[in-house]
Amino acid sequence: MDLFLQQLTNGLAVGSIYALIALGYTMVYGVLKLINFAHGDLFAIGAYLGLTLLTTFGLSQYLGPMGVVIVLAVMVMGLVAVVGAVLERVAYRPLRQAHRLSAVVSAMGASIFFQNALMLVYGARYKVYPHDILPKNAVSIMGFEIPLVRLLVLLTSVLMMVALYLFIQKTRIGTAIRAAAIDQRAAKLMGINVDRVIMIVFLIGPALGGVAGLMVGLYYGQINFTMGWMYGLKAFTAAILGGIGNIPGAMVGGLLLGVIEAMGAAYISIAWKDAITFMVLIAILIVRPTGLLGERVADKV
Amino acid sequence: MGCDGVMLQVENIHVRYGRVEALHGVTLEVREGEIVTLLGANGAGKSTTLNAICGIFKTTEGAIRFRGDNIHTLPAHEIVTRGVAQVPEGRRVFGTLSVRENLNLGAYTCNDNARNQSNLQRVYALFPRLAERAGQLAGTLSGGEQQMLAIGRALMANPKILLLDEPSLGLAPLLVKAIFDTIREINRSGLTVVLVEQNARAALKLAHRGYVMEVGRIVLEDTADQLLANPDVQKAYLGGVR
Repeated sequence: MDLFLQQLTNGLAVGSIYALIALGYTMVYGVLKLINFAHGDLFAIGAYLGLTLLTTFGLSQYLGPMGVVIVLAVMVMGLVAVVGAVLERVAYRPLRQAHRLSAVVSAMGASIFFQNALMLVYGARYKVYPHDILPKNAVSIMGFEIPLVRLLVLLTSVLMMVALYLFIQKTRIGTAIRAAAIDQRAAKLMGINVDRVIMIVFLIGPALGGVAGLMVGLYYGQINFTMGWMYGLKAFTAAILGGIGNIPGAMVGGLLLGVIEAMGAAYISIAWKDAITFMVLIAILIVRPTGLLGERVADKV
Repeated sequence: MGCDGVMLQVENIHVRYGRVEALHGVTLEVREGEIVTLLGANGAGKSTTLNAICGIFKTTEGAIRFRGDNIHTLPAHEIVTRGVAQVPEGRRVFGTLSVRENLNLGAYTCNDNARNQSNLQRVYALFPRLAERAGQLAGTLSGGEQQMLAIGRALMANPKILLLDEPSLGLAPLLVKAIFDTIREINRSGLTVVLVEQNARAALKLAHRGYVMEVGRIVLEDTADQLLANPDVQKAYLGGVR
């Protein structure tokens, strides 16, 4: 029972990280019908920027652990958002009228560029986050010991997802994003500046992906310039699992995938962890390509 | 405002889709308070003309002036701000958003809450059905209701001119009549209307003036009564019977 609960909370924490990354894939797909293959690398950039900010400014001298994490998260989000917006401007906007495949190739190129840039700047070796940032102690909930870091990751991610959901559902810009995802031409006829909507999506998605990178750094302590590839693929799987283009779908898909993976690692074999993820992807594509929450469209002619 | 009450002036515009030219120099004008109809067969360029006015398609030649200002150089979303609203062909309501959200999106360019509220009440008065279904997803509405929503959504933008693209398409005759009555009512309240229609007879009965398009050109321009009486128009667009 203890193993089950440990793996469940672990899966939820990892899953919430997948969910944060998956949101970037799904939002971009929603408005542009493009899989942003560079998104995983934006996540890796977030992890590295977090490390740089942490070590160069020595934030932990001035702030408590929570303060450090909050300041760090805000800074990483801001910086990665800017990288995302520049990416859109440079690699995708010039191809807006081109064939869809051109943008996909451009995305792959951007991914290779970011990966190599990270390697050149930070080196190819694993980098280690300082381990004295967050308290090591565990919280006891109804007799079960759960590491504080795990709870923090889960809590922060859920908070961000709720904030995003409210933003998308309740605000004017959020409604404009949804409208542009449904029908760009109709959105233009409403007076919505679709280019600006796309820009906003490329600020929000990378911001969430970047903060997910920071969380992985804090949670696992180790980062590598190729980490964006595997996390990107898993988050992409999560987005497909939930239904690509669907925001609640990405959240559900991420959490679910995290739990499936953790359970598979515990009860089947840890060596099969990644294989299980991709079996899920293949199964979804065969059985329900629209994903769990995808395309609940009620369109009457 | 241009002189002699001309609200919209389209001057010799050309539009291309890739290598194919769809409009070869279309010229027309709409005066304030008018209903002008644009007739023609499928593929004549009626929708393209409306979309060029709205900035969805860019013109390669010619000019479009709205109340004296060039608008063919503006992006689509700014043209809406100037007071040009379109009810697109096939309605294009946002199916997975509620009726109310669709209407709110119509008012996307207006920040004046009081005005948006009064516009909403006006739209609900015009189409009580929309008020009843405010919380429902637009995709679950019937075709006629979706058309009402598309018109209501366009009215929420507080337009000075309303462009309607095939509002009767796919609707039952009774509904077509209701929609046309509404267009007349909207026009009487002071809104200028451009109406693209397949249903030429109904359109000409409603309109003040009309243009006939053939393969990317305007071939005829007259008052609606004259067009109704024109033997060529009768033969080509009115089924030959009087």
